[in-house]
Amino acid sequence: MAALTEEQELLKEQAKSWANEEAPVSKFREMRDAKTEEGFDQRTWKSISEMGWAGILVAEEHGGVAMGHLTAGVVLEELGRQLTASPLFASGIVGASALALAGNEAQQGAWLPRIADGSAIVTLAVDEGPRHAPLQTRLAAKADGDGFVLDGRKVHVLEGLTADAFVVAARTSGSAGDAEGLTLFLVDGDAAGIDRSRLSTADSRGYANVTFTGVRVGADAVMGEVGGAAEVLDRILDRARAALSAEMLGTAAQSFDMTLEYLKNRVQFGQVIGSFQALGHRAATLFTEMEMARSCVEAALTAIDEDADNTALLCSLAKAKAGDFLHHASNELIQIHGGIGMTDEFDAGLYLKRARAAEATYGNQAYHRDRYAALQGL
Amino acid sequence: MSDDANLESFREEARAWLADHFPSAISGRGAELVGMESVSRDPDLEKWRVALGEKGWGTPTWPAEYGGGGLSQKQAQVLDQEMRKIGAFNPLPVMAGMGITMVGPTILEYGTEKQKQKHIPPICRGDVFWALGYSEPNAGSDLASLQCKAEDKGDHWLVNGQKTWTSGADHAQWIGCLVRTDFDAPKRDGISFLILDMDQPGIETRPIELIGGSSPFCETFFNDAKADKDEVLGELNAGWTVGKRLLQHERQSQTGARSAGGAAAKVTLQDLALKYVGVDDDGKLADPDLRARIADHLMKTQAQRLTTQRVIAEAKGNHKVSAAASILKNAASSVSQEKDELTLEILGHQGLGWEGHDFQDHELAAVRGWLSAKAMSIYGGSFEIQNNIIAKNILGLPETTQKG
Repeated sequence: MAALTEEQELLKEQAKSWANEEAPVSKFREMRDAKTEEGFDQRTWKSISEMGWAGILVAEEHGGVAMGHLTAGVVLEELGRQLTASPLFASGIVGASALALAGNEAQQGAWLPRIADGSAIVTLAVDEGPRHAPLQTRLAAKADGDGFVLDGRKVHVLEGLTADAFVVAARTSGSAGDAEGLTLFLVDGDAAGIDRSRLSTADSRGYANVTFTGVRVGADAVMGEVGGAAEVLDRILDRARAALSAEMLGTAAQSFDMTLEYLKNRVQFGQVIGSFQALGHRAATLFTEMEMARSCVEAALTAIDEDADNTALLCSLAKAKAGDFLHHASNELIQIHGGIGMTDEFDAGLYLKRARAAEATYGNQAYHRDRYAALQGL
Repeated sequence: MSDDANLESFREEARAWLADHFPSAISGRGAELVGMESVSRDPDLEKWRVALGEKGWGTPTWPAEYGGGGLSQKQAQVLDQEMRKIGAFNPLPVMAGMGITMVGPTILEYGTEKQKQKHIPPICRGDVFWALGYSEPNAGSDLASLQCKAEDKGDHWLVNGQKTWTSGADHAQWIGCLVRTDFDAPKRDGISFLILDMDQPGIETRPIELIGGSSPFCETFFNDAKADKDEVLGELNAGWTVGKRLLQHERQSQTGARSAGGAAAKVTLQDLALKYVGVDDDGKLADPDLRARIADHLMKTQAQRLTTQRVIAEAKGNHKVSAAASILKNAASSVSQEKDELTLEILGHQGLGWEGHDFQDHELAAVRGWLSAKAMSIYGGSFEIQNNIIAKNILGLPETTQKG
């Protein structure tokens, strides 16, 4: 894996100091305690947009800075360290990727500049059940005159409450489980028949269930080919998975750093607890997992940038390994801190809750181990 | 009469007494008990508490002279069987805090006659709630380094310091504390077990909010708090032994695996997985990876349960607390926490709810249960401390790293 470029190193430093100063975990806690309806802080989002990060993947012709996925991962990792909540991932990464991969010129022209400057939030509405299963899409899109009518329900939609537009995975033919018959639609959030329900989750971010009842869209809402969206949806999701893996790597790395700090400072039995071999070995194990996960995440992001043949495989690898590391690191964060780790006053609980939410998003470790096996021909 | 005939006549007695005293309106509602408050709200429950307390059958095997039931182990089992038959339950352990599970047995073992007369009867009646003051912010796993001190002021002890994780201290009438009474002695040798009345201006409590929400735990502050001179339990400066014994009672009461989220307890992982994940064309769970891990978990659970049964069988007639209690606690907390993680994974997006109507009650309970249960491997001697005990006391390995 290639080392970061000088430009990426600079951006990493910038993102780290911005997150530490402007959007630290204490801000996330404030947002949670205030029960902010949006699930993020508007000033934080404005600041992210002003720095150009909302357009980090968007082509220059559409007002973005087109720095690529590996570079975006560098930023997301630093924000993940502070649990910074914003629509950057849902819109700047996933929404922008959907438009870049599946949108036509008119759709891109209408929405990418607004994604890039942060004035619009475009999110992906894919899952319909409690677990990630894109092919299980049932939301029906029936041809009607020169357009379509959408009926169905999407759950756990990221920034679903504040989204200005949805990229909706719908079924124009076939039945749940079929790869054939999936179509993507770009649906304006103001369209009649859309009902949003804010979810109060342990993760405190802006999730919503979104119901589409007789939502009428024109033929110009179709993204790509009618009935043939399964493949492009997978590519969009892989970009989402790889980017989320980078954010998860940051969240896990911060959990590890907090644990390491505690091991070096907490004194029991007349010595710092990190001097106990059993605990030292657990820190060493976490460190090993972290280094492995980092390699996988960087490889996946690089594969996307280079449009490599094994991109899907590497994205599943990254999501599974970052997920395993985050799962382990968030549990150890609590266990090694002991009683203090259980208190709400300390931040460990926030990391643990975020960890499980991110693990479940766009396929948990089991989902990606299974997909990895399938891609290996098993 | 033979033993069996005696037992049968006791069964008749128990059955008749239960028929007269247990209010059928609360049959089967034992699981709803979460503390003192739930009892005082329901007149039938309150009636039942008083009746059971007066009879001494809330503490069936404790000596009758101090208000216990005075029953043999076998009679207590018969009583338990008869109670189960009619959906009756014993509310006292929940209501007495640490009183019945831990403090009572320890007072019976180490207390003076005066202490037994004073403290045991109210515990038997379910009239008092007890808290325990062990941990301090800088004395967790290394409990022996505790700094909360009690000074001999002639006619009383003067107590200053702070305790943490004092469960239920905000509504306890009594607290049993480990305090330092000799600052010159080596760590463990200068500690005494002191009983304090919570109803005094020198003691303040502050509740602790946990990652799963509100909790029974408190921080408890002692500023010139006083204790009667004769409220040291056991010998002066022998509190470490008394306190350790008491914790063994705690560990024993924690050796059964619990399951996630109370209300969800009746639903098995298998049911939940079939409902949320579904099956493939062969009728197998649609997620093979999850399926293998659930199977592995069920095996571990069964192994843990079988081990618990074996330890109980082998310990029969042997009243010493087995060192194996440490194995069981770690096995139980691992199995339980693994079940909570699997439950959450099965529920997927629905396993992340905090509140609101978009989630079912059992889904919300699973999340809170998962978070709360992270403490299982921390309290009552952490996972790591249990492993130290196993290595040292059971396996006979030398102590190489601890200077305590």
